[in-house]
Amino acid sequence: MLNAALFYFFAALAVVSAIAMVTRRNIVHAAVFLITALLATAGIFLQLQAQFLFVVQIILYVGGIMVLFIFVIMLVNLDVSLHLVQFNRQRFVAGVLAVILGVQVLGAFWVGRGSLKLGAARAMEPKNTEAVGQALFQQYMLPFEIASILLLVAMIGAVVMAKRRV
Amino acid sequence: MLPIENYLLLSLLLFTIGVIGVLTRRNVIVMLMSIELILNAVNINLVAFSRYWGSVDGQIFAIFVITDAAAEAAVGLGIILAFFRNRETVLADEMDMLRW
Amino acid sequence: MNAPLPFFLDHIWLVPAFPLLTAAVMLFGRRLKNSVVSVLCVGSVCLSFLCSAGAFFQLLSLPVDNRVASKHLFDWIPAIPYHMVSGSLAYFHADWGFQVDPLSGVMILIVTGVGLLIHFYSIGYMGHEGGYYRFFGYMNLFMFSMLMLVLGNNLMLMFVGWEGVGTCSYLLIGFYFHRKSASDAGKKAFIVNRIGDAGFLLGIFLTSAVLGTIHFNEIRPALDAGHFHSGDPLITAIALLFFVGACGKSAQIPLYVWLPDAMEGPTPVSALIHAATMVTAGVYMVTRTNAIYQLAPTAMAVVAVIGAATAIYAASMGIVQNDIKKVLAYSTISQLGYMFLACGVGAFTAGIFHLMTHAFFKGLLFLAAGSVIHALSGEQDMRKMGALAKKIPATYWTMLIATLAIAGIFPFAGFLSKDLILGKAYEKDFWLWAIGYFTAGMTAFYMFRLVFMTFHGQSRVDHEVEHHIHESPKTMLIPLVVLAALSITGGWVSWPEILGGNSRFIHFLEPVIAVPHEARVEAAKGVSSHGGELLLMLLSEGLVVLGILLAWYIYIKRTELAEKAAKGFGGFYDLVFHKYYVDELYDALFVNRAKDLGLALGSFDTNVIDGLGVNGAAWLTRFISRLSIWWDTWIVDGSVKLGARIVWLLSYPVRLIQDGLVQSYMLLIVIGLVGVLAYYFHLAHSAVR
Repeated sequence: MLNAALFYFFAALAVVSAIAMVTRRNIVHAAVFLITALLATAGIFLQLQAQFLFVVQIILYVGGIMVLFIFVIMLVNLDVSLHLVQFNRQRFVAGVLAVILGVQVLGAFWVGRGSLKLGAARAMEPKNTEAVGQALFQQYMLPFEIASILLLVAMIGAVVMAKRRV
Repeated sequence: MLPIENYLLLSLLLFTIGVIGVLTRRNVIVMLMSIELILNAVNINLVAFSRYWGSVDGQIFAIFVITDAAAEAAVGLGIILAFFRNRETVLADEMDMLRW
Repeated sequence: MNAPLPFFLDHIWLVPAFPLLTAAVMLFGRRLKNSVVSVLCVGSVCLSFLCSAGAFFQLLSLPVDNRVASKHLFDWIPAIPYHMVSGSLAYFHADWGFQVDPLSGVMILIVTGVGLLIHFYSIGYMGHEGGYYRFFGYMNLFMFSMLMLVLGNNLMLMFVGWEGVGTCSYLLIGFYFHRKSASDAGKKAFIVNRIGDAGFLLGIFLTSAVLGTIHFNEIRPALDAGHFHSGDPLITAIALLFFVGACGKSAQIPLYVWLPDAMEGPTPVSALIHAATMVTAGVYMVTRTNAIYQLAPTAMAVVAVIGAATAIYAASMGIVQNDIKKVLAYSTISQLGYMFLACGVGAFTAGIFHLMTHAFFKGLLFLAAGSVIHALSGEQDMRKMGALAKKIPATYWTMLIATLAIAGIFPFAGFLSKDLILGKAYEKDFWLWAIGYFTAGMTAFYMFRLVFMTFHGQSRVDHEVEHHIHESPKTMLIPLVVLAALSITGGWVSWPEILGGNSRFIHFLEPVIAVPHEARVEAAKGVSSHGGELLLMLLSEGLVVLGILLAWYIYIKRTELAEKAAKGFGGFYDLVFHKYYVDELYDALFVNRAKDLGLALGSFDTNVIDGLGVNGAAWLTRFISRLSIWWDTWIVDGSVKLGARIVWLLSYPVRLIQDGLVQSYMLLIVIGLVGVLAYYFHLAHSAVR
């Protein structure tokens, strides 16, 4: 009972926030709505008993990435852009195509609805965080290291791109 | 337990909205934000399957996706800043210097 | 041939060699002083004369029946095989060889002797003229050519000399080349000569084709061997062709027109070339080839008729001329007519005899005329002369002697030779004799008209000229005196038998003449009518005296008669005075037509050959290059550009996709994704079925 309620609450919040984000004229509003969408997503994670991801989502995504977005919005925020057209020329075609895409995937779900033999959701033996930690530092050590190098590269790249050329 | 289709449908819905946002909005920052939305939709998908199969791999993948999203957002925003300094615009329509 | 020849005969080549050498030296003669030129050139002719005299006397020492000396110098034209008309094989060859026999012996004496006197005279006459060295160079070259002509032992060598004298005549007539009339006269002489030369050359070739040889001493044997009967058409053709050449060189009808114009040259030139030597080359040639003529009676008749006609025709023109040299020119033509008349009736030796005496008195006449002109500071018109006899007596007396000779007064040289000819003509044909007889009267008339107008009567000389009248220098007078002596005595070498002589000269030349059988018979009886011959002599003397008296009457006694006669004869006088308009006729018929041809060919060359050919080729080349350019631009380059354009056209739609907008690229990704999914659906759908 509680599961379903939580799910539908967070799902609705996420969808509404997403729609709102995509349609706002004011970029700051859009950013805020993205934050709420992300928070809703975090809630979904919690409902799926992925506690580690729930926390990571909030700290990293909302606390890191969205703050970065807000910084940049502040730097480039033009009052002029508020009065311009917000949607580009290909909006109709794009919209239709995206919907078609969604319908197709929906069709794929419908076709394969019976083949997904899943049992009930199993609880995981170790606690979620421990499990994640164990898997991360044992099986997925290499990707972990590569990810750290990736972050290093991204950091250098961002610095180079954004600094003022002297 | 909720049937997995719920989560999949949610993921699909968020994905579709994200795609619409990427293809439709002129402001390039909103485009980036829509990309983040797409990534989130994928994350929901991954975590849902991880829960239903009882393996933690899905969540590990989701962690990496988040890591990637962070890196990409950082670099992308840096590019937007550099472009803005040169051309005074954040509208994707006006960024067509590489046209034929 | 086996016994060695005497010195002068063996070295006969010296005779033409001396003048050739000095002529060559005169190529560089511009820097030489006049005195040096005189010594060299006159000296070489003198040496030639001495050698000729030596050769002649050594010739006399040879036996009468073999008075021939041949000297071969070197081979000239190598033997070229060919087929004669009769079909047998013969070789055309000519060597540079000399033949000295009575005929050529006489000729070289005349040529070098009279030539020497004229060269000597020229020292004084040309002394103040420009181009002194050039004059003597040409004169010496002429001497060489004339000597080669008479000494050559074959027709080709004679032709070399023939052409040589023609060239020198042109050079000397046009000596005062800055005068247009003089250069025109030179051209006229050469061109008219050329017509004759064409005939002569054809004659030479026909001779070699018919007789197989062109050597003089082989012609008679060839004629005998070929068994040609009298009047053979080929032989007649040869004879007539040779005569065409003779007409050109010796100024007979119709090729005489050049000789009066040739008086443009200096007077010594007129004396040497157009009186004594060159113009007589035709007579010499006919005599040399008399064997051929004797077998062609038709040709001989033609020769005689043309000779007689020319004699009277030229004399008629001489009567009305006012230029002293022109009178003498027509007189020369007329006397040459006598010589051909002689040859035509078979009296070749008489013709040569008259040639010799004519050389003496005509040469003297020209030199004396030159002396008169010199005395009058260049005046040549007789209407502006008169009463000069006392003022230039030496000139007067020598000229008078020459005039008596030419008129034919006994016992001067002209009488004996002319009378011989008239006698032989009377034997052959009455009318030929009649023309010659009447012409003799005319000759006496116009020659004494000349003397009376020039030396007697009232003085019509221009005032300024009158002050400068002076006798000529010794160098000019000495030749006059020598020639005067020869004019008196020259005929005495052939004193006629009826007057007690032995006709030595005639008999001397006889071996050269081929005597056909019939003529031998006639000769036996021809001499019989002594009385007839004497009568002819008296008749001609009578006519001559009549002519002289008539001239005296008209030009001394009652000078107004001359003008009255001129007016009275009116149109006829005009006709004769304008030389029967023959020059104008030739101009209209030939000269202007030749010029028209030249212009036509010239315009053909400009318009067709240059226009079509050269310019056409240029146009064609440019046209082809334009085609090539078009091909290169449109086809070759075009295909390259076409390829490029096709690629461009194909790529254009594709290019449009690249609009630089990221969102459109993403749209394409989504479109692709949708397509792939649709495909998989299709696969799944059909698999399920």
